[in-house]
Amino acid sequence: MKKALSLLLAGSMVLSLAACGGSKDTTTTTDSSSASSDAAGSDTFKIGGTGPITGGAAIYGNAVKNGIQIAVDEINAAGGINGYQIDYNFQDDEHDAEKAVNAYNNLKDWGMQVLIGTTTSAPCIAVVEKTHEDNMFQITPSGTAVECVQYDNAYRMCFSDPTQGTESAKYIGENGMAQKVAVIYDSSDVYSTGIYEAFAEEAANQPFEIVSVEAFTADNKTDFSVQVQKSKDAGADLLFMPFYYTEASLVLAECNKQGYEPTFFGCDGMDGILGVENFDTALAEGLTFLAPFVAKSEDEQVQSFVSKYEEAYGETPNQFAADAYDCVYVVKAAIEAAGATPDMSVSDLCDAMKAAMADVSYSGITGKDITWGEDGEPNKAPLVVKVVDGEYTEL
Amino acid sequence: MKKMSKQLRSNLITYGIVVAAYIIVTFCMQAGMVSSLLKGLLVPLCVYVILAISLNLTVGILGELSLGHAGFMCAGAFSSALFSKITADVIQPAGLRFFLALLIGTVVAAIFGLLIGIPVLRLKGDYLAIVTLAFGEIIKNVVNVVFLGRDSAGFHMSTKDSISLGLEPGGQVLIKGPQGITGTPNDSTFLIGIILILVTLFIVINLINSRTGRAIMAIRDNRIAAESVGIDITKYKLLAFSVSAALAGTAGVLYAHNLSTLIALPKNFGYNMSIMILVFVVLGGIGNIRGSIIAAVVLTLLPEMLRALNDYRMLIYAVVLIATMIFTSSQGGQEIQERMKAFFKRRSKAEEGK
Repeated sequence: MKKALSLLLAGSMVLSLAACGGSKDTTTTTDSSSASSDAAGSDTFKIGGTGPITGGAAIYGNAVKNGIQIAVDEINAAGGINGYQIDYNFQDDEHDAEKAVNAYNNLKDWGMQVLIGTTTSAPCIAVVEKTHEDNMFQITPSGTAVECVQYDNAYRMCFSDPTQGTESAKYIGENGMAQKVAVIYDSSDVYSTGIYEAFAEEAANQPFEIVSVEAFTADNKTDFSVQVQKSKDAGADLLFMPFYYTEASLVLAECNKQGYEPTFFGCDGMDGILGVENFDTALAEGLTFLAPFVAKSEDEQVQSFVSKYEEAYGETPNQFAADAYDCVYVVKAAIEAAGATPDMSVSDLCDAMKAAMADVSYSGITGKDITWGEDGEPNKAPLVVKVVDGEYTEL
Repeated sequence: MKKMSKQLRSNLITYGIVVAAYIIVTFCMQAGMVSSLLKGLLVPLCVYVILAISLNLTVGILGELSLGHAGFMCAGAFSSALFSKITADVIQPAGLRFFLALLIGTVVAAIFGLLIGIPVLRLKGDYLAIVTLAFGEIIKNVVNVVFLGRDSAGFHMSTKDSISLGLEPGGQVLIKGPQGITGTPNDSTFLIGIILILVTLFIVINLINSRTGRAIMAIRDNRIAAESVGIDITKYKLLAFSVSAALAGTAGVLYAHNLSTLIALPKNFGYNMSIMILVFVVLGGIGNIRGSIIAAVVLTLLPEMLRALNDYRMLIYAVVLIATMIFTSSQGGQEIQERMKAFFKRRSKAEEGK
């Protein structure tokens, strides 16, 4: 009896393995909403995207997914790239390095030629290793860690963490915004730590002094009374806050409670602070931050994107969606400059696009006249945004 | 005599399944029938199989519920990744370096298992589960605050940030706190994974069928009776617990050298992972080594195979889990199983009759 049972179990294991072996031909275009599903195999450019669409970081992945979708629909409606339509497939990576590699492999089975991803930094570092092996063109909309673009096949749309920290320190120094600066940052977050470290490094060259550095972690980010008190005691006249707007709203409220009124300076994670529920937007008055994208901007391209996004998904797009949207157009620009066609192999396409990227100058919704160096970092000027009368205003 | 040979046969079948899986997959790969997705999944599959087998030693054979298994995996992963990163250019060839990394990861995890086991194994049942859960979290959180750098003056450590390491120009940050270790060489291969599974099986199966194993199972079945016949309870409990931890460390090494980035998140080294390994063990059958292997393989493959269903895949994964649990543990489900078993029994009897 045991023999029969074990045979059954052995069989089931072999079957399950065999089943995945065969899954190569059964993969289909899962994203039915993308247009041009009638176009056959090599007549379309197959662009894949990855990011977390389940779990704690789902908000970022969904924004990227939707941002790419809007750009793909626009391009397809306007006749595609070099006359070829785009096929688009987005896979979930659950903000996990291992799952991100699975998602990448899945997209490869689908026939992906260009990867727009991944959305978050840690998975991106794992995936870039694989795209480098396969020599596939990769552009990440929002992977900010330095290692995300360590190979020559990888490019970045957003600012890296160090760039943001350095730019912030320079801006504060050059505009004489403060003498004494206090920093509060999230030590459990890669993004926040990365910005802070670069900021501290650059601060040494700037005419201001960091008088207080206080950290918090993801586990205790509801009460900031200690951190604010220490910043106040240190006599800082500017508070630098390199973290996301949800925590920032609490810090601002705490400062108000303690009667502490420094200049507030943030990073691109502040975009959205005016939309926090039950938050008195008057507290954010004067808050300055560097951002790649402002939804309220009067720029024509931005307005067109924002209205399309709001219509399709019922919410205002954030910077992740904007970066993702621009990524698709950068890919389009690179392919057009290279004069590439979909029947090229992944590696040939990558080589052609790499060569073309040196000459690409792109103006989109997250910056104008953006160019890319050999290191894959974008050269673009950050927008400086200040909250004036309860509205984001570009300076 | 008959019983012995039956046991031997059962063990041989378990080894056979693993070897057969390797041969089939290799053959399919040669024939180009294996998708990239599966190729990428081969090493993680080995990792989860080893984890499931090792946890089964604690849960099934020792009979203690441990919820901190991912913590030991974390210890093994980080110690070995650190070793590999430091010696990446020094020790060649890569095979030797990886072998040393495996030893280091395993030994470090075993030491953690021993250290944690000494106070923890005095507890029983739910209390043990809670404390192991806490220890797993502690290991993960400690890893998250450590900054380690190296320059010409030697190693520098900090728990604040990488600036306070005070590295000379040209110094290298090895562990970056919450950003973990990046740039671990990718040394794990499917073949190494399969060999490690076989080694794990060999250790666990031989342990179970040895004098030591019988002592451990005696403690599980009746602690007082075992004590009364002179079995050293602490020694055997600690032995089983640290062997289990060491094997989890081995899995951690394999995991760390499969991806070039290693970050301790709740998802890969926190309680989520511990629970997932426990699910493999419970679903495969507590104490059933072969069941653990199959459960680990099926449950790792399932969410990936369901990718075509997009948003519904995790939903379906959960439903499948619940359905399987009900099928294996409810009365109705067990009746169906009994009937199936009886059916196979009748058939095999009929065959023997011929």
